[in-house]
Amino acid sequence: MKQVTNNVILKIEKLKKYFHIGKDKQGPIYVRAVDGVALNIKYGETLGLVGESGSGKSTIAYTVVGMYRPTSGQILFKGKNIGMEASRRSLSSKKEIQIVFQDPGSSLNPRQTIEQILALPFRIHTQTPKKQLQEKMVELLEKVELSPDYLYKSPPSIGGGEKQMVAIARAMASNPSLIVLDEPTSALDVSVQAKIINKLIDLQKEMHLTYLFITHDLSLMRNVANRIAIMYLGKICEVAEAVTFFEKPLHPYTQMLISSVPVITEEEKKLKPKKVISIGEIPSPVNIPPGCSFHLRCPYKMSICSKVDPEMIEFSPGHIVRCHLFTKLENKK
Amino acid sequence: MKTKENILLDIKDLHVWYRVYGGYLKVLNGVHLMVREGERVGLVGEAGCGKTTTMKSILQILPPGDFHIPQGQIFYKGQDILKMNFKELQSLRSREIAMIFQDPTAALNPVFIIGNQIGDVIKYSSAFAENEHKEKIKEQSIKALKEVYLPDPERMRINYPFQLSGGMRQRVCIAMAISSPRNLLIADEPGTSLDVTIQDQIHRLLNKIVEKRNTAIILITHSLGVAKEMADRIYVMYAGTIVETATPEVLFKNPVHPYTKGLLASVPKISGGGIAKGIPGKIPSYLNPPSGCRFQLRCEQESPICSEKPPQLFEIENDHLVACYLTQR
Repeated sequence: MKQVTNNVILKIEKLKKYFHIGKDKQGPIYVRAVDGVALNIKYGETLGLVGESGSGKSTIAYTVVGMYRPTSGQILFKGKNIGMEASRRSLSSKKEIQIVFQDPGSSLNPRQTIEQILALPFRIHTQTPKKQLQEKMVELLEKVELSPDYLYKSPPSIGGGEKQMVAIARAMASNPSLIVLDEPTSALDVSVQAKIINKLIDLQKEMHLTYLFITHDLSLMRNVANRIAIMYLGKICEVAEAVTFFEKPLHPYTQMLISSVPVITEEEKKLKPKKVISIGEIPSPVNIPPGCSFHLRCPYKMSICSKVDPEMIEFSPGHIVRCHLFTKLENKK
Repeated sequence: MKTKENILLDIKDLHVWYRVYGGYLKVLNGVHLMVREGERVGLVGEAGCGKTTTMKSILQILPPGDFHIPQGQIFYKGQDILKMNFKELQSLRSREIAMIFQDPTAALNPVFIIGNQIGDVIKYSSAFAENEHKEKIKEQSIKALKEVYLPDPERMRINYPFQLSGGMRQRVCIAMAISSPRNLLIADEPGTSLDVTIQDQIHRLLNKIVEKRNTAIILITHSLGVAKEMADRIYVMYAGTIVETATPEVLFKNPVHPYTKGLLASVPKISGGGIAKGIPGKIPSYLNPPSGCRFQLRCEQESPICSEKPPQLFEIENDHLVACYLTQR
């Protein structure tokens, strides 16, 4: 990617994360959850990371916030390497990267009040005097449109959408610059989802935040993300601007994904590529097929696909794709 | 659309309450739903609006002892299901109506091979009920597996559910439902726990089967897009009542009920255009629901009459019914 390095906030290079799950006669068996991912996130943008379950998108999120130590590769945050588990990171880098989980029901402690939940990040990351703490928390709740009396409620007594708002408030408490959103709305209804997404967009403008937005919902990404990256079996297949992404999807997997999205208007129907219908299922990350990992489901399969793993190429500025169909075109040029 | 005029299932003014500590949860509050023979009906609504309760009351598989049906009728081929005895219900469940559940992992028994589980369905639903027909049952279960495009059905038959992926398990559940001829299929969010590409495959498969056999289907979903692609007629449900019903063409072009409008606007679109505000507020408590229209607290066009009594479904044009006082003034 040809970008000036200084406007990149997070740079992921050749990131690999293998999980050891046992051994057989040939040696140890690994789940190759993330297998050589390179991604850049720029200041103030929303990068949508889309993939089916088992594609490794959550593993990337957890590695970025330091819940896992990468097997190999680098994660550079503002130029500093943070490719290690959170206990070894400096407090300042932990303050800068926060995460919102998928299920607010299990990410908020049901035994604590919202006050206790929100006080923790203040205590750890800021030197707020005790007297001002209350005031700060009320301010935070106002940001997510919850009234101050929510401080004395506990998570089980409030609705799913409100719980997620509290989780967002908690992530905002330390005044971070990068927030990893791991499917923040997939457990919620569409009418609640719309409210939360709008709040997230407002907060991004207000607090100059950068989002790494992980989801499996392509139509949501079209409306939220600046750029979209598609993941399949631990590898990135395609990265592009959100608009080009839907107008000109290149990778066969991307086309398959878009054609599978259920739509409601005629306008959307025109955007759907008709040719690629979905076949097969995502293989297990324990036995990743040789060559291109998608070749078993690909309608444009060639003989080279089962032997050689394609390289990442820049098809047009900012539009990166990893597929033999386009490597060939590139060579002819 | 090959819909016939014969009415297969007709739910009239169904109320279902659940007994809990401190009173009754008044979940269903007058549901009207009608399915014609060979028709594909979509039932759309948010989580907790009573979609599954409605379907479970059709088959009478609500949690025993915990529910109470104060009023309502469910007519299947002219017979009231609520008045059937146990034997009639068993024959209804085994010969007439089949249900596909949301979570295939929970629907299959983990300690039996799938061939036996499909075989059981065939055994209880068909004429040959004795052991001497073992071979025939096996044959038919393999045929059912073939019909849902599972690779290598003979070997697949002796697999346990944990050996299959989510999409394959859901195919097995569909195979169970179609292994014997049925007149009505109830599919309770069959693709929700699966990925989009797999969801697409499952829906295409269901569509194909329904078309081939001319079976009626009720597809429950919370995704309007799925309903549009699958259904001949859509019911929109909110907090235990049907608020609007129409064909997809009419519903998406000309929604009338404020809730349908809000729901339609909340769906993110792949053609862009940002995201609407969503609907303010949340589903009311079922323990003490507001009298009158249950949507009134979230509605922007609320008027005094809304809290007096619940609005009835009102036909504004052929097959387009709306339960809202806005249309009746």
